[in-house]
Amino acid sequence: MKFLVVDDEKDVELLFQQKLRKEIRNGSIELKFAFSGNEALEIMEKSESEEVMYIFSDINMPGMTGLELLDKLKAKFPQIPVSMISAYGDAENYEKAIELGAKEFFVKPINFENLKVELNKIIEDKEPKKE
Amino acid sequence: MGFENVIAFIFLYYLRRQLKTKEIPERWRQPINYGLIIVVSLAILAGSGLVNDLLLKFLSILLISYIVYNIFTHPEFSGTKSLVYAALPLIAVSLIRDIFELAMPEFFKTWDKVFDVASFFAFIWLVAMYITYRKQKKALLAEKIKALEREKEFQITQTLKAKLEVDVAERTAELVKQKEELEKALEELKSAQAQLIQSEKMASLGELTAGIAHEIQNPLNFVNNFSEVSQELIDEMHQELESGDLEEVKAIALDIKQNLEKIHHHGSRADNIVKGMLLHSRSSLGEKTPTDINMLADEYLRLSYHGLRAKDKSFNADFKTDFETNLPKINIVPQDIGRVMLNLINNAFYAVNDQRKKAENSDFKPSVTVNTSMNEKENKIIIKIADNGPGIPKQMKDKIFQPFFTTKPTGQGTGLGLSLSYDIVKAHGGELKVESPAKEGKGLPTLSNGQAGTVFIVTLPI
Repeated sequence: MKFLVVDDEKDVELLFQQKLRKEIRNGSIELKFAFSGNEALEIMEKSESEEVMYIFSDINMPGMTGLELLDKLKAKFPQIPVSMISAYGDAENYEKAIELGAKEFFVKPINFENLKVELNKIIEDKEPKKE
Repeated sequence: MGFENVIAFIFLYYLRRQLKTKEIPERWRQPINYGLIIVVSLAILAGSGLVNDLLLKFLSILLISYIVYNIFTHPEFSGTKSLVYAALPLIAVSLIRDIFELAMPEFFKTWDKVFDVASFFAFIWLVAMYITYRKQKKALLAEKIKALEREKEFQITQTLKAKLEVDVAERTAELVKQKEELEKALEELKSAQAQLIQSEKMASLGELTAGIAHEIQNPLNFVNNFSEVSQELIDEMHQELESGDLEEVKAIALDIKQNLEKIHHHGSRADNIVKGMLLHSRSSLGEKTPTDINMLADEYLRLSYHGLRAKDKSFNADFKTDFETNLPKINIVPQDIGRVMLNLINNAFYAVNDQRKKAENSDFKPSVTVNTSMNEKENKIIIKIADNGPGIPKQMKDKIFQPFFTTKPTGQGTGLGLSLSYDIVKAHGGELKVESPAKEGKGLPTLSNGQAGTVFIVTLPI
């Protein structure tokens, strides 16, 4: 299972890697990181689209915002679920994200318990197909 | 022939005229009047032939002699002296002729013609002298009038001068009063300016709060997340110790160490922001400290971006930094130069965001760039804050540094930002310039869609 995390804060990479240490070690998930909307799009276009199963994106990023990225991703890869992570958990951002097709909306600081529940759901959804 | 009477009459007549013009003292009025009566009486008596001719002649001679004597001996008659000189030959000829006529009638008869000729010449002399006298008198009179006029003019000048002096004194007093009033007004303006600067500071602090909140929230999140994950790692480490996988224990220990570094890093990041905020709002004069311009620029760029972003959800723009990596630290008041940067960066974001709203659905990419470089020859650090916005119209370019000039809608800008920035940079011995349309260059946003772009250039001495 490959996940893509998009955030302009580079330390997010380290945090995710440690939080999902076990899952990464036992190979149930693989993490990829992009530090801007453009980079995320580049990664998605280069890699086989099926490879990435799920995308987490920050909203507040310079240049292309997470919401703009969401819009573009939904247009190009409608089958891949995208969830938003934002420090601003206000109604405006939430509604815009849902309207654009976001699956979930996580508020920073990230509650990794909830995130893991979401990840496991995805993994479980996919596993029956594998079997 | 009695020339003596005629001449005496002329003399007296003249003296009387001079009485009128006050050239001769009043006490001579009576003698002159008497003299005139006597002359006229003598002339009438001579004409009537009733009285002895000899006696009359004698009296006439006596009278004229007396008059001539007085004119010569009294200084007040000096003006008439020349007239007497003129008449003297005629008087003399007349006298001699009379004497001869009386004493030697025979001799007189043969020389009668000679006396006539002499009388004639004496008369010509009289006329010539008289004309000269008149001329001189006129010239003298003109001179006198001129002198009088000069005196008058002098008097007028004196009065004018006195009046002028009074005026000058009054004017001076007025000016001193005005100067004092102006000084008072200046004092008031200075204190008003100080208040304005303070309120501008607080206003920009208000603009900052949202950005600050975000900028503190982010590192705090990391602090929380990394400490939390470290706890989990320690639990894991215990498990690995139990199972005896020492390699994994070492790996976890390294991770924990890294996390603690991260916690420290993000903790100091939040700390710096709070300190910066406190410095920013401080009204006392800041102290100059050696400052890393790149760090300062980066900090304020982020504060500005997140501040605007938090305030206006629709706001978005790209920002890039292009820093010269080995800049020396320079001695500046960090919060002051920070304020300048915040101002310039806010303006740049405002310009590009405004343009983005106007040019909706076009492929306009709002972008702000902060570029630092060094001019080693002139020992200067150059900070360029560039945007790819619409640029500044030529007619506004001269005004943007003036206090209270703003293009923003009422209530959105104090119009003091650039003016204060200008003063701050100047106080640091630097320069604040604007280039619009911007010249394209290294580290500046690429201009497209006919955007003029604007570059603010801050030059600071090292």
